[in-house]
Amino acid sequence: MLKNAFIKQLFSSFLDLVPILAVVLVFQVLVIRQPIPDVGNLIVGTLFVVLGLTLFVQGLEQSLFPIGESMAYAFALKGSVFWLLAFAFCLGFGTTVAEPALIAVAQEAANIAAKAGIIQPGNDAINDYALGLRLTVALSVGIAISIGVLRIIRGWPLYYLIIGGYCGVIAMTPFAPPEIIGIAYDSGGVTTSTITVPLVTALGVGLATAIKGRNPMTDGFGLIAFASLTPIIFVMAYGMLI
Amino acid sequence: MIDWMSQFALVLLDTCRDILPIAVTIIGFQLLVIRKPVVHPKKMLIGFIYVLLGIAFFLEGLQMALFPLGTLMANQLTTPEFLGISPTEQNVAWQTYYWVYIFAASIGFATTLAEPSLLAVAMKAEQISGGTIRAWGLRLAVSFGVAFGIALGAYRIVTGTELYYFILTGYIIVIVQTLFSPKLIIGLAYDSGGVTTSTVTVPLVTALGLGLASTVPGRNPLLDGFGLIAFASLCPIMAVLGYAQIAQWLNRRSLSSKP
Repeated sequence: MLKNAFIKQLFSSFLDLVPILAVVLVFQVLVIRQPIPDVGNLIVGTLFVVLGLTLFVQGLEQSLFPIGESMAYAFALKGSVFWLLAFAFCLGFGTTVAEPALIAVAQEAANIAAKAGIIQPGNDAINDYALGLRLTVALSVGIAISIGVLRIIRGWPLYYLIIGGYCGVIAMTPFAPPEIIGIAYDSGGVTTSTITVPLVTALGVGLATAIKGRNPMTDGFGLIAFASLTPIIFVMAYGMLI
Repeated sequence: MIDWMSQFALVLLDTCRDILPIAVTIIGFQLLVIRKPVVHPKKMLIGFIYVLLGIAFFLEGLQMALFPLGTLMANQLTTPEFLGISPTEQNVAWQTYYWVYIFAASIGFATTLAEPSLLAVAMKAEQISGGTIRAWGLRLAVSFGVAFGIALGAYRIVTGTELYYFILTGYIIVIVQTLFSPKLIIGLAYDSGGVTTSTVTVPLVTALGLGLASTVPGRNPLLDGFGLIAFASLCPIMAVLGYAQIAQWLNRRSLSSKP
């Protein structure tokens, strides 16, 4: 029975990948008209991706979702808003500061800043700038998740906060150095990793289920939205200050 | 074989390092603040190991198969030889790059369908809504959004329009859509903007943006290469809100036609 479910999941993971394979093959053969390099690696790599996706989904239902939910219930039962916010902050900060996509983007941004003459050229200044940027984004995600959790507890409508955030972004853009704007907008998208998303989603939905008068569908989602909005504002502020 | 094993071990180690802060946060709060034993600790631990192994296999597989090919293609599609223009030509019409837009849209669509974070959110949404929101429908809507977003972003790099104008317009559209959308979907729609771009999409899309910005005359890869991810996080919000509005409208129509 278990084996059967596993094979079913393997098959559905494979289906998820078919579009990528189709796009790559069609473009390579029909548009670029070049033979596919390294067919062996392509096949083995694809099998790996299928297996990885299957294991991930299995672990998601067995571990990440239950952890997020049970912690949400435990905090709701404990009734301490302070500890819940502290947990939300740590979760946001901790997961973002080590995010590989962010590390890459921060390094790139530091190179741009050095070329544009915002900071002194030289490795030390570049590394300092990159680290500062990473800490800024991590801080902003930590704050974002805390505000999001506070919103679920208080039951504020999500769109007030999001629209307020948008207005903040729009108001800040003309004053930010032009070199930083592209990176700031992009940094919103790269902050949320594969492990953070399920945990944070389960936390939000669990909280909204546990607190009386909240609807998991309307109130439970929205944490990720904050985590992709605040970095834009914080990175622009970072660019203005330095 | 040994080479390959050590490579996999490295990826696994990297994944462990990325997870470490999360594990420390969870365990710390569980032990010090909640102070209650975990339910089914063994099952959770096994699940956590599945997640670790899954991500490691996933990344390793992508690095073996799709990333080299995808970045190679992004570069090939933007070379002057492929586009049939001479490198010295200054005024190239934006239509010349039509294969780039098609590629951008297809790769955006395909990678988003395979994005594990989106899968997680879609599963949760289907579970909570009791099946009213189908995981597949949501994923398709988000994928269409990303496809459109990345194609639009590629067009922006080619024409060199300010990123600011597009994002501003996008925000205004999202705000207007929010006012007319069913309240149930709003949180989910906003969230789907953030989850679309992670492990699979970011490296491929970045390669495309940088490749494009370095080939198009008059563009600076350092300044114009960015912004594709911003489009890929904004457009899915519109797509999901639009999907909800259409679904609501169709429902109403079918209700009113059946008296």
